[in-house]
Amino acid sequence: MPPPRGARPMNREDLKKNPISKDLIKKLLSYLTGKHKVLLGVVFVCIVVTSVTSVLGNMFIRNLIDDYIQPLLIDGSKDFSGLARWVRTVAILFGFGVLANLFQGQIMVLISNNVLRNVRDDMFIHMQKLPISYFDTHAHGDVMSHYTNDVDTLRQMISQSFPQMISSAITIVATLAGMIYTSWHLTIVVLAGTFAMIILMGKIGGKSATYFVKQQASLGDVNGYIEEMVNGQKVVKVFTYEERAKKAFDKKNEELCSNATSANIFANILMPIMGNIGNVLYVLVAFIGGFLAIECGLDDVITLGVIGSFLQLTKAFVMPVSQVSQQMNAIIMAMAGAGRIFKLMDEKPEEDDGYVTLVHCKKEGDSLTEVPEEEALSFKRAHGGKESDGTTSYVWAWKHPHQDGTLTYAEVKGDVRLFDVDFSYDGKKQVLYDISLYAKPGQKIAFVGATGAGKTTITNLINRFYDIADGKIRYDDININKIKKADLRHSLGIVLQDTNLFTGSVMENIRYGNLKATDEECIEAAKLANAHDFISKLPQGYDTVLTSNGAELSQGQRQLIAIARAAVADPPVMILDEATSSIDTRTEAIVQRGMDALMENRTVFVIAHRLSTVQNSKAIMVLENGHIIERGDHQSLIAEKGKYYQLYTGAFELE
Amino acid sequence: MIRKLLKSVREYKKPSILSPVLVSCEVVMEVLMPLLMSKLIDNGIDKGNMNYVWVMGSLLLVCMFISMAFGALSGREAAKASAGFAKNLRHDMFHKLQSFSFSNIDKFKTSSIITRLTTDVTNVQNAYQMVIRIAVRAPIMLIFAMCASFYVNAKVALILLGIAPILLLGLIIVFRYAHPIFVRMFKRFDLMNNVVQENVRGIRVVKSFVREDHEIEKFTTVSKNIRNDSVKAERAINLNGPLMMACVYSAMLLISWVGARLVVSGDMKTGELTSMFSYTMQILMSLMMVSMIIVMLVISRTSAERISEILDEEPDITNPENPVMEVKDGSIDFEHVYFSYAKKKEKSCLSDLDLHIKSGETIGIIGGTGSGKSSFVQLIPRLYDVTDGCVKVGGRDVRSYDLDVIRDNVAMVLQKNVLFSGTIKENLRWGNPDATDEEMIEACKIAQADSFISAFPDGYDTYIEQGGSNVSGGQKQRLCIARALLKKPKILILDDSTSAVDTATDAQIQKGFSEFIPGTTKLIIAQRISSVENADRIIVIDNGEINAIGTHEELMEKNEIYKEVYASQKKGGDQ
Repeated sequence: MPPPRGARPMNREDLKKNPISKDLIKKLLSYLTGKHKVLLGVVFVCIVVTSVTSVLGNMFIRNLIDDYIQPLLIDGSKDFSGLARWVRTVAILFGFGVLANLFQGQIMVLISNNVLRNVRDDMFIHMQKLPISYFDTHAHGDVMSHYTNDVDTLRQMISQSFPQMISSAITIVATLAGMIYTSWHLTIVVLAGTFAMIILMGKIGGKSATYFVKQQASLGDVNGYIEEMVNGQKVVKVFTYEERAKKAFDKKNEELCSNATSANIFANILMPIMGNIGNVLYVLVAFIGGFLAIECGLDDVITLGVIGSFLQLTKAFVMPVSQVSQQMNAIIMAMAGAGRIFKLMDEKPEEDDGYVTLVHCKKEGDSLTEVPEEEALSFKRAHGGKESDGTTSYVWAWKHPHQDGTLTYAEVKGDVRLFDVDFSYDGKKQVLYDISLYAKPGQKIAFVGATGAGKTTITNLINRFYDIADGKIRYDDININKIKKADLRHSLGIVLQDTNLFTGSVMENIRYGNLKATDEECIEAAKLANAHDFISKLPQGYDTVLTSNGAELSQGQRQLIAIARAAVADPPVMILDEATSSIDTRTEAIVQRGMDALMENRTVFVIAHRLSTVQNSKAIMVLENGHIIERGDHQSLIAEKGKYYQLYTGAFELE
Repeated sequence: MIRKLLKSVREYKKPSILSPVLVSCEVVMEVLMPLLMSKLIDNGIDKGNMNYVWVMGSLLLVCMFISMAFGALSGREAAKASAGFAKNLRHDMFHKLQSFSFSNIDKFKTSSIITRLTTDVTNVQNAYQMVIRIAVRAPIMLIFAMCASFYVNAKVALILLGIAPILLLGLIIVFRYAHPIFVRMFKRFDLMNNVVQENVRGIRVVKSFVREDHEIEKFTTVSKNIRNDSVKAERAINLNGPLMMACVYSAMLLISWVGARLVVSGDMKTGELTSMFSYTMQILMSLMMVSMIIVMLVISRTSAERISEILDEEPDITNPENPVMEVKDGSIDFEHVYFSYAKKKEKSCLSDLDLHIKSGETIGIIGGTGSGKSSFVQLIPRLYDVTDGCVKVGGRDVRSYDLDVIRDNVAMVLQKNVLFSGTIKENLRWGNPDATDEEMIEACKIAQADSFISAFPDGYDTYIEQGGSNVSGGQKQRLCIARALLKKPKILILDDSTSAVDTATDAQIQKGFSEFIPGTTKLIIAQRISSVENADRIIVIDNGEINAIGTHEELMEKNEIYKEVYASQKKGGDQ
């Protein structure tokens, strides 16, 4: 039985936010039935057999006593052959019951794990299709918890609650039938008692739920405090704040303890009370049964066997009733979890109406012919990484199908132009106004400005992480909306301030830029990025495995790998977003050399914090509140003595 | 390990003991009931003696209420005990944490410390509650029910004694088989979470390199492995149910076959036979419970281990005996100091540092990332201890001072600044809990923070969000400086603390230092030459060694590194 991995107790808020809708159940059922219709049928039959057997087991004592023992006692014979036959029959029935239970369990394991796997895979596949805005607007922890907590609640429901509900329902019905058949007098007693039990359970359960909500709140408070203090532990030390922190913590901890105690008390007393109400019913049955048999002269209806087996039936009836009510909680939690999962899957994926694609072409003179990728690659490899041997060259080209059915090819040059671009993230607060600029092939364009001025936003529009509200962006004179997103992004390399490396070897991380790259090409790229030296010095060189975002490396080293990764992709256009901000100026000089090599012959958009890195740009755009307020090269901007001059001389704070 | 954790039970010993004791009483009652029931049937109903039925019945009801009361009380005590135990564990860990030195903190990652204090404690709390309630209940139930069954009829009880070990053996085999698969599966779960996390965090990289399919393949492989392992492990675990069923049914059939003969031959009564069925359930169910508890315990063991790792960790910087309680002045002496983060000496982070700073001097420190600047200054308030040599403040070894005294006298603004959720005033009071409003305003004026604070609608009562996310980087740095100034320290250390402040304001801050706290020794680490230009002396640190010491002019003349740094910042500027 896999433990719930950090599953959280039911929260009434969850339910309010995600009411269980028909749609939700339908979706869940479609996952469940999907490929498992036959298996589910088998499971259902198994559950029925198991439940019926267990009801039979409860009637067993009555049969034993009334049909065999009593007659034997009365006629005093020692002929046990009848009993032996009966025992054999029942043994076979029981055998079926056990087998059915076995199959049910084994098949359910298969079904539930398949469903969970499908849910996880579908969720991940869908997540990959979501636009960047989804990730910008959802806390990473929340997204993570869909894969852990929410899927776990589903597991609980599918593998436990679901079969149990069915079997409980069958058992309840079958037992009830058995009870009525055995004695309707006593049935009334049991039903009345059960009703009382359900009411009491609801009361205690409700109390417990309120305290659980309180417990969750104070747990959140304590955990929040722990998180803040642990993250600031060094500051705590420096300020000798330890005693004060302890005091504040103890207070919160005390409160959590008192709420947790209350919540658990109610949860804990539920079980003994429930169990004993079952017992009380048991005695009542004996009482009333005895009374009816002896005092009311109903001893022909209510025999010893009847009472004996009714006692068993009572237990058998009470148990599934309390199980159902316990499972209800799990089901509600699972439904809330499923609701969150399907909400992710219902998020609108990135739209892509692009039809212009990126292809390899052979260029002879001015004519372009599309060639398979392998041909271009093998040519490049044969010519020592060069794309041209003088007469023929292999280039990237845009394949552009037109409405009249014709196809044209245009070489990818890296010419990017923005015309009057407006943009807003949420449709309300405009962040870019009327941005126009052009970057000719091979030019370096820099964006400078305070945080929030809109520098990164511009680059987000070029690679279509976000779509512009108004205006036009043209890439090699093609409207970027017409270019297939994947191909557009293939043609744009990007190095970000926060380097994200993946678990895997250094080599794999560099190859991320181009999955077809050979080891030699990756090493070549690393050399270009100035990363080769330090990589060679790592314990396992290029095979050194990086974990947790390359925590083993320094910030500068991570950045160099990210640059090598971009280099191996070899795109015509590069975007460098604060790529060197967190490195000191001397290390930056090393990284800068790597970058300069990378930038050669490419159109480059560079966003920088330090002005020293942008001085050699063809044009520098100074942004303020979404407007380009100054533009020009370094010399002219200095001469202008405007904002750029102020920034440069340090008279103005950048952040 | 378990014993160590149990030390934290302390004042909750009473409920921890009471709970199992009460639960034992509950069990006794529960075992008693089928016995009374059988009497009621045999002597009451069977013989038509209604009086006996009333007496026995009432006795039974009394038993039940006692059992209910004991059960509920035990539940209450268990809740008190486990919640209290968890509270004490958190308390002990948090207090221990406060005694950790920097190197202790470095050893555990912050995220792992947080998990230990939160999730792991919850796991142990649940396991503890389970143990004091059910782990006691199940074996007692097993023993009592077994005894009772022998009391009722030894021959029939032998059947139970025969079947119980079979069930137990089966459960053990299943558990042995499944456990390693579960362990492997949990590792795979971690792997999957890692893939998801990397993708969520690095989605821009994934999308810009168009690697969606590559990532999907990575994920589906892991997901497939989890599914396969999970099927294997759960299949095994799911054998428990049918196994239990088979045992119960076999017991019932055997008992009825043997029992019937005994009843007919008059060695046993019908009611007694009925009670044997009840005992069958009680015995086998409690075995099932035991196996479940074992699984729970194994799972929570990892958590317990992780908690005890924290409790076992010895803070490696502690107060000396007879500590010096006063710092004479702000002079600092480094005498042939060696330092490395690891205890191994080969990889020294600082080597043979020898330096003497007079009280009241302003020292600038320049050096690349990883050159050892931060390590160097962190030795002064004894955040780390030297590996060799010694650091003196006010003429005495820092290791001879009381820790609070030395740290209160050496104020340090860390590179990784943290503000805490609370008002600006509350944050400033970190420096001095008794600071008056005037003192706070004065400190903020020196740190050039007063002007922007006053511009906030709530002024000094402005609420700072967790991590200081609602103020800009430069504002945060100035608040942190003001907070340090409130300590009125003899030595002030700024570790790259004005990087986000513009040069003009930076210059104002420096000016404020020389005007208002001339007697304080000031150590300023900076990336920007302009931040240290006016210092009395500038130290260039490279590769853990002092490369050069001198004034700006001297260094500009003869130090290559300094010149290089200067050039990298002024390139093309003054041409």
